[in-house]
Amino acid sequence: MILAKILILSPIVGFLINLILGKKLGKASGILGTVAVLISFICAIFMYQKVVSDGAYEVPFFTWMHISTLHIGFSLWVDELSSWMMLIITGIGTLIHLYSIGYMSHDKGIGRFFAYLNLFIFSMLMLVLGGNFIMLFVGWEGVGLCSYLLIGFWFKNVEYGHAARKAFIMNRIGDLGLLMGLFLCIQNFGTINFNEINSIAAGDLALKASGQLGLYQPYIYTAITLCLFIGAMGKSAQIPLYTWLPDAMAGPTPVSALIHAATMVTAGIYLVVRNAALFELAPFTLNTILVIGMATSILGAMIGLFQNDIKKVLAYSTVSQLGLMFVALGVGAYTSAMFHLTTHAFFKALLFLGAGSVIHAMSGEQDILRMGGLRNKIKLTHLTFAIGTLAIIGAPFMSGFFSKDEILEKLYNHSPVVWGFALASAAITIIYMVRVYTLTFWGKFRGSQEQESHLHESPSSMTLPLIILAIFSIFGGLFNLPHILGGGLSQKMAYWLSNINSLKVLPPHTSHLSHSTEIMLMLIATAVVLVLGSFAFLKFKKQTNDQLVKPRFGFSLWGEKKFYVDELYHNLVVKPMESMSDFCFYYVEHYFIQPIVFGSTRLFYGVGQLLRTAQNGNIEYYLAYIAVAVVIILTSILFVF
Amino acid sequence: MDLTNIAFIAFSAITLICALMVVLARNPIYSVIFLILTMFSLTGHYVLLQAQFIAVINIIVYAGAIMVLFLFVLMLMNMNASNEPNKSLLWKVLAGFISGGTLITLLVIYLKNMGDIPIQPTNNSALGAALPPDFGYVKPLGKMLFTDYVFPFEIASILFIAAMVGAVFLGSREKRTDN
Amino acid sequence: MNLIGFENYLWLASALFCIGLLGALVRRNVIILLMCIELMLNASNLLLVVFAKMFGQMNGHIFVFFSMLVAAAEVAVGLALIVLIYRKFKTIDSSFLDNLKG
Repeated sequence: MILAKILILSPIVGFLINLILGKKLGKASGILGTVAVLISFICAIFMYQKVVSDGAYEVPFFTWMHISTLHIGFSLWVDELSSWMMLIITGIGTLIHLYSIGYMSHDKGIGRFFAYLNLFIFSMLMLVLGGNFIMLFVGWEGVGLCSYLLIGFWFKNVEYGHAARKAFIMNRIGDLGLLMGLFLCIQNFGTINFNEINSIAAGDLALKASGQLGLYQPYIYTAITLCLFIGAMGKSAQIPLYTWLPDAMAGPTPVSALIHAATMVTAGIYLVVRNAALFELAPFTLNTILVIGMATSILGAMIGLFQNDIKKVLAYSTVSQLGLMFVALGVGAYTSAMFHLTTHAFFKALLFLGAGSVIHAMSGEQDILRMGGLRNKIKLTHLTFAIGTLAIIGAPFMSGFFSKDEILEKLYNHSPVVWGFALASAAITIIYMVRVYTLTFWGKFRGSQEQESHLHESPSSMTLPLIILAIFSIFGGLFNLPHILGGGLSQKMAYWLSNINSLKVLPPHTSHLSHSTEIMLMLIATAVVLVLGSFAFLKFKKQTNDQLVKPRFGFSLWGEKKFYVDELYHNLVVKPMESMSDFCFYYVEHYFIQPIVFGSTRLFYGVGQLLRTAQNGNIEYYLAYIAVAVVIILTSILFVF
Repeated sequence: MDLTNIAFIAFSAITLICALMVVLARNPIYSVIFLILTMFSLTGHYVLLQAQFIAVINIIVYAGAIMVLFLFVLMLMNMNASNEPNKSLLWKVLAGFISGGTLITLLVIYLKNMGDIPIQPTNNSALGAALPPDFGYVKPLGKMLFTDYVFPFEIASILFIAAMVGAVFLGSREKRTDN
Repeated sequence: MNLIGFENYLWLASALFCIGLLGALVRRNVIILLMCIELMLNASNLLLVVFAKMFGQMNGHIFVFFSMLVAAAEVAVGLALIVLIYRKFKTIDSSFLDNLKG
């Protein structure tokens, strides 16, 4: 109880202090912000242990709203899922705060930066801990706001401001979907409490299992879950709402690592897992999720293949990996998605922070064509980045290997075709990640003389998080070892997570793959990684400067231009909107609204001019008014009674 | 025509004529004098209405204190001359219409509700018993004032203090020289 | 005993009130204005006394008593204000005192 309060309040206190005193504190604000999140992390560990020993519990604060039969409590629901998310958020959050102290040390707005980061941690905690949709929505909007503020952190650059706006507006579309889902829940179920909705869905699941009709029509579940998925689409950057995430790289790199790779963008996954029982009742939605996730995964990977900005590549990689998680959700592998979410949080945060360290060393350069040969200059960054790369491509026995393997396994169980597509996406991932790594750290240095002379390893506050995250990227797979490698069932994260209310009620998956198939799949994945990885490594290592900068054509030009999706959106949505606005401005405003507005002001001005003569300051007149009024009142009384 | 009726008519005539003279007199001093006369005739009405205490108070407070105050102020301003400019004719007509309209309205209301007005208190049993023998005496009035109405009475004393302080403060010449 | 009809008193009081109103409207001297207000107050006082007798209850007398108190206080302050106005503007013509013009 008190732990939950400290957990929630510590970041908000940090936010307020940093917001008010940010300018005076200077660099101390970084330490303050980090400590605030560290306190939350410690609380999160204790709360996690309490969940382990006692199971899920609710932390009621107060009744927030009370609208006829609808009760909305301000309460936290701490269960396996939310405490797991809490650990990821505060744990990685602490590391990234620590990293930011070094990264942002030269920036004047450091107080503002840490204020926003702390606010983000608070909102994210609200999002995952909220016991009902309204709390989740508050957190959902809070992280959206922080994302906007932090993408546009260097707001003096107009491009960055536009990127922030784009992210905000794209998220708004998704938020509308989430809101619609929320309203549909209120209308149909009369409640927005996760547990109550879940028990309703559980009842229908049980009815369905026994071959009866559910309490609610299937289309209701389909509508609600589709709306919720639109929300998840916006937040987790799925087709068609993914274009904001690559642009969001305008923000400082720690922000990209924390918000746009590790935590906020996984909110959509969390939302689906939290309401898994609802989604299970809507097979159509699950198939939609599967298709969209798969498309996003492959499209993101393909665009990533042709990008030259180190952060853009990582951003598209994030889009692709999130797509993979949604694919897992689409086949009902909720815990696998959560597992991949966890390992992805580790290695993607590591990669982003490593990229940040590289950018720091290169004095702000982000183009990988201008890097190269950095492995000897910034050894620690190189080592950790290599580990991150190995983890994301799924090199054997790294964390990414296990999580990706588990998803592939579930997909194969669902349908070998889906598995094939996912494997293709994974294969492309291998190529572009190795490309980024090789072009950055191997070969010859391709940057300017000045940049070369400035090359330096980052301070220890930045390398320490890298090392810790690297360790987790290697060993993160131990949370959820596959069965054949000796992962005891009771130690498995997947088993533990399946205790939450929404997953407990799901019908058990009956068909399991045989051990030989499992081993075969694992071997195929390993073979793909080894073959493609070494091929790509050798290919890109040998590429000369001329080969790199020569203009592209055909398909790869398309890829470099991101398949013209932004231009498509611009022509489809922005331009009609602009012409409509022009119409409204030049015709509706001028000939319709302005005459009404100005006419009414003139009317009131004239009437006022007329009436002010009555207020001439002379007592007799006032007295006369009173007398006349008395006469009128008396007369009216006379006639009425 | 008994004596009371004659007295009533006489008092009423004096009241109305003196009141009119208050309004019409050009010299403010005359106005005050006529107002005092109005007060005296009203006192006569009070006596006729068996309100002896009120009658006495009326003479002491109104005719005595208040009117003397008016006179003092007029003397202070040296206002014995009738130098007051006239209002415009239009305004006078308008004022006549307004006050006349008020009068007519009131009269119409009275006439319309005439049936509800009792002719005599003693003859009208609907309005309760006959007047108590000590009606209008000081003793029952005092009892009422210091039991039922003691709180307004005390409030009135506070009002008086406030008025006194206000009057003294306003009347005193300002000795400050600033602004 | 008194045999005068109460309606006579009502007419008398109304007439007195309207004379006061007329004076307040037509006269420009602020002191006369104040006196006319006294006239109107007295009209209502008379009515209160009449009603006290009409209903055989002495509360009306109490009201008249308080009304006189208030009138006395009002005149004291009002006259002090008039003196002040006279000192400042050298006139007590109400037509000139229109600083509250809107």
